[in-house]
Amino acid sequence: MTDLLVGYLRPHWRVLVLIAVLLLVQAIGGLILPSLMADIINNGVVTGDTAYILRVGAVMLLLSVLVGVASVVTVYFSARTSMRFGRELRGDLFRRVELFSLAQMHRFTVPSLITRNTNDVQQLQMLVMVGLTMMVLAPVTAVGGIFMAIRENVQLSSLLLVTVPLMLVVISLMIAKAVPLFRVMQVKIDSVNGVLRENLTGIRVIRAFVRTEHEEGRFALANDDLTQTTLKVTRLFALIFPTLMLIMNLAIVATIWFGGHLIDDGSMPIGNLFAFQAYIMQILFSVMMAVMTMMMVPRAAASADRIREVLVSEPEIAEPAQPAQRLPQTGRIELVDVEFRYPGAEESVLQRLNCVFEPGATTAIVGGTGSGKSTLVNLLPRLLDVTSGAVLIDGVDIRSMALDDLWGLFGIVPQKAFLFGGTIGSNIRFGRPDATDEEVWAALDVAQAREFVDLLPGGLEAPVDQGGANFSGGQRQRLAIARCIVRDPLVYLFDDSFSALDYTTDARLRGALAARTVCRTVIIVAQRVSTIMQADRIIVLDGGRIVGVGTHGDLLDGCPQYREIVASQAVLEETR
Amino acid sequence: MSQQAPARRPGGPMGGGGPMGFGMGASDAKAQDFRGSIRRFSRRLRLERWLIVLVLLLASTSVFLAVLGPKLLGNATNIIFEGVVGRQIPVGMTQDQAIEALEATGSSDQAQLLASMTVTPGQGVDFAALAQVLALVVVVYVLSSVLAWAQNYIMAGVTQRTMYRLREDTDTKLGRLPLRYFDSVSRGDVLSRVTNDIDNISNTLQQTLTQLITSVLTVIGVLAMMFWISPLLAVISLLTVPLSFVVTMAIAKRSQPHFTAQWKWTGVLNGHVEESYTGHDLVKVFGHRRESIAQFDDANELMYESSFKAQFISGIIQPAITVVSNLNYVAIAVIGGLRVATGAMSLGDVQAFIQYSRQFTMPITQIAAIANVLQSGVASVERVFELLDEPEEEPDADPAVVVDSVEGRIVFDDVAFRYLPDAPLIEDFHLVVEPGEIVAIVGPTGAGKTTLVNLLMRFYDVDSGRITIDGVPTMSMTRDDVRRSFGMVLQDTWLFEGTIRENIAYGAAAATPEQVEAAARAARVDHFVRTLPQGYETLLTEGGANISAGERQLLTIARAFLADPSVLILDEATSSVDTRTEVLIQQAMAELRAGRTAFVIAHRLSTIRNADVIVVLEHGRIVEQGSHDVLMEARGAYYRLYQSQFEEPADAA
Repeated sequence: MTDLLVGYLRPHWRVLVLIAVLLLVQAIGGLILPSLMADIINNGVVTGDTAYILRVGAVMLLLSVLVGVASVVTVYFSARTSMRFGRELRGDLFRRVELFSLAQMHRFTVPSLITRNTNDVQQLQMLVMVGLTMMVLAPVTAVGGIFMAIRENVQLSSLLLVTVPLMLVVISLMIAKAVPLFRVMQVKIDSVNGVLRENLTGIRVIRAFVRTEHEEGRFALANDDLTQTTLKVTRLFALIFPTLMLIMNLAIVATIWFGGHLIDDGSMPIGNLFAFQAYIMQILFSVMMAVMTMMMVPRAAASADRIREVLVSEPEIAEPAQPAQRLPQTGRIELVDVEFRYPGAEESVLQRLNCVFEPGATTAIVGGTGSGKSTLVNLLPRLLDVTSGAVLIDGVDIRSMALDDLWGLFGIVPQKAFLFGGTIGSNIRFGRPDATDEEVWAALDVAQAREFVDLLPGGLEAPVDQGGANFSGGQRQRLAIARCIVRDPLVYLFDDSFSALDYTTDARLRGALAARTVCRTVIIVAQRVSTIMQADRIIVLDGGRIVGVGTHGDLLDGCPQYREIVASQAVLEETR
Repeated sequence: MSQQAPARRPGGPMGGGGPMGFGMGASDAKAQDFRGSIRRFSRRLRLERWLIVLVLLLASTSVFLAVLGPKLLGNATNIIFEGVVGRQIPVGMTQDQAIEALEATGSSDQAQLLASMTVTPGQGVDFAALAQVLALVVVVYVLSSVLAWAQNYIMAGVTQRTMYRLREDTDTKLGRLPLRYFDSVSRGDVLSRVTNDIDNISNTLQQTLTQLITSVLTVIGVLAMMFWISPLLAVISLLTVPLSFVVTMAIAKRSQPHFTAQWKWTGVLNGHVEESYTGHDLVKVFGHRRESIAQFDDANELMYESSFKAQFISGIIQPAITVVSNLNYVAIAVIGGLRVATGAMSLGDVQAFIQYSRQFTMPITQIAAIANVLQSGVASVERVFELLDEPEEEPDADPAVVVDSVEGRIVFDDVAFRYLPDAPLIEDFHLVVEPGEIVAIVGPTGAGKTTLVNLLMRFYDVDSGRITIDGVPTMSMTRDDVRRSFGMVLQDTWLFEGTIRENIAYGAAAATPEQVEAAARAARVDHFVRTLPQGYETLLTEGGANISAGERQLLTIARAFLADPSVLILDEATSSVDTRTEVLIQQAMAELRAGRTAFVIAHRLSTIRNADVIVVLEHGRIVEQGSHDVLMEARGAYYRLYQSQFEEPADAA
């Protein structure tokens, strides 16, 4: 964690020095006040010199104001530095992830990446903020206090030898017992919430199988468990503060007793008793604060690790050093001996594939789960890189093209139609920002989406929730398809994009699409026989290998895997 | 020094001075009816009222003792001071003589000082007296700590038991709410209420209840003591209190808009991050990377600005209060010193006063911190109460008709139903299903197919007409009995966090292992389970995510097998699976259907070809009824639907 902090804080070193100096001023100021008070008593009260009292009082006043100003300035700079720290870290993380490949996204998982960019950065940011104030102030005050105390009276300071370790022991014991209990409590909370979450998602099944009582019983167990643990934790915590306070108070008592002896035999003026009490309180309190804030460190360290993991991951899909200048014009895609294997996996997902996708034709890809269909489709726009072999477009290896150029050739509609928060218009224009309204409507027409967009209040300006949650699955798919159509790329990639549509809409859409994509390369991955039946060419994948290429009729004759797929969906005789 | 802990989140920095120590900006939620909600919640505490009274007693005593401490220590210091002064008077002189001597030399202040004390000339500190006082102090402090601890101990029990009951009531409520409620609200919102809001209430209760009692008592006690010792100094100290209060509130108010902005931009930023990462492919391939980063930077910058201002302004509170308290310290030092010099006040009292002012400011700031935490807590209380106030399901018919065994003759008699008053769905629906028949229900999406399931299972009740099972209206049976007659296999395959065996036996708790395995075999999933390292004892993660979609489906079929219902409902069961597994599923389902009345709702016409009756729905109305051959002849809606499966694109006639 330290190298991460150092790396990001180093540019701010001047401010950090200033903060350190200001904190020192605060600490010293806070420690001088009691000794001035002692001074008042020794030289003012005892001697009856009221003018002296007032003079020293004025000094104390000035000092307080000085400390106040110093602390305000400290807060300003520590707030600014820690928030800047957070801002820069967040920005770097985001930029890094934007370069990640599909495989990297899956390895880290999207939810984890989101957490790292939000919660984990927050943890570190808070640590920096607290660190720049309390974590430095507390030890400095403690050390300074000990120094002042010893300067006052060495003998009395030996009290510290007992009280400080005692305090540390008590705190450490409490933390040692409380922290693991706390973690257990968190697990129990997750259990209870887990049962509740399950009950909510499976409510139909639970009621259908008449298991409501059973579930209530499960809940009662988890609830009871949680309550017992929380009780233990709270009762333990209840012990900490009274104990610490007791130690502090007894320290004061001891100070007065031993101090009394020292005063009596003249070793110490009475005013210093006051100062000493103040020092003891400050020292013990600082020790307590220092330890308590230290508790933030482990959690922040864990966050720092998670952030570092992302920052040190090099993007797997890299830009070529010398991007190809000549760009493909027709969109003929050829796979040459393509193999793909996830790093560390035993088997390849795709093995020695050779095939061609012609422009002006629709090629369908079918196969069972795990046959590698989606992987194949992800290789084409370099969302994944081949492990060996090459993907060529118009004879140009896609790895030699600048990524932006390559992506400009494609339009994709992934399996799960995802829409962005905004409007219908903004979502469709995501495909091509300069599309006119007519072009957008035309695309919606082809995608069979006009009929429901027309009915929406605001039409193109109708709001879209994040992810498109305010639309049904079928509507989302059609909008995603329209987004691709408006872009009119050389290559259309549809990864099981018609599954949420009913048969009639599916057929109409493909018909309209065919008219729009006359010269384009259209690649469709699908499960439904009816969708693929019409394709100019069908590629059948099984276990990462091509087991059949041809038209529907050809494959029915010559490819057993294809027959099996068709058989499972419809009656054989009807489809010839 | 006070014995009580400041309001804090366990594990976080202590003291009211941490950056988030005031719970400021912790939650934007504001309670609608603060007092009403608190009052209603307090009623839940009534069960524990005797313990609460005990806690109040312990708290009062503990605080009283804690407040006594500094005064006694002050007396101890006085004893020492008297010793110091006494030493300075030569042996032989009496106190009065010394006073006169001082008057004579013009040191009238010192004379007055001496006059206010009881000094034994020539003698030093009276250690016997000192020991007595200090011993008493030790007893007082120890007792105070013990009582404080006992108070917290008991209170912990009170709050935890109250939370237990609240959780239990919430869970029970969920079991009594009609499905209509769950379908009409966002699941995330309900989940948030029963988890996040309840956790928030628990934390708030733990932190604020004891704290509030002790802080208020401490303030009262310390104030009383301060006035008793020196009204003048007390008034000065009192001035600082509202001063720090005003300062705190003023600063907090100025920081609130920045906190609001911070939370807003945090939401925007996190939303953008979530979108960009989830739609990662789209952002890349559609060439939006640069724009995405630019959008991020904008939100990031705004978040930085608002959070910086928020932290800075709220961060000033602690230094401001420190300055005020230091000024108070200076005032006490100076004025106290002056008064001691003139004998108007004892040195020990000044010492006590210093301790009291320290003891005074902490509870004040704690109360301010609590106020904020309380706001958020009460907002959560309101949300939970909203849930608890929701209308429950209609009770079952009483007395209900009990049905022992069900043959499986289902009749829909002139049934009408709609979810929303202005959206008609099912009207004048008639259907007779004989035992053992298979009914296929088809139609475009939204045609009312799942609605029929909802009505059969009495998840929703018909608006008019009735559904009978073996001639008995479902409305006159208990819901549980109705549901026991059916077996359901849904498209959404729900499995809970338990072993595979437990999941399969979900509908038949008394099933033997052999029965479980037989059901698995029938569902074509036994082989798969045996390939797993722990077989039937394999633990499924929440939602059953550690096995594939197809296998989940097969397990739910096994579950239905084991429940052995008379009537089966298969709801769009096979559309999320790949073709190979689908074959297995179809075989399993065929076997499951044998001999049972079955309602099959599917997207794929191929799975329903063999049904006895096909019911075609369009906009909630049955438009056709009959066997496949009959309907194909009729060239109606079914015919159109069937043909569109193999329609030629663009060239269709």
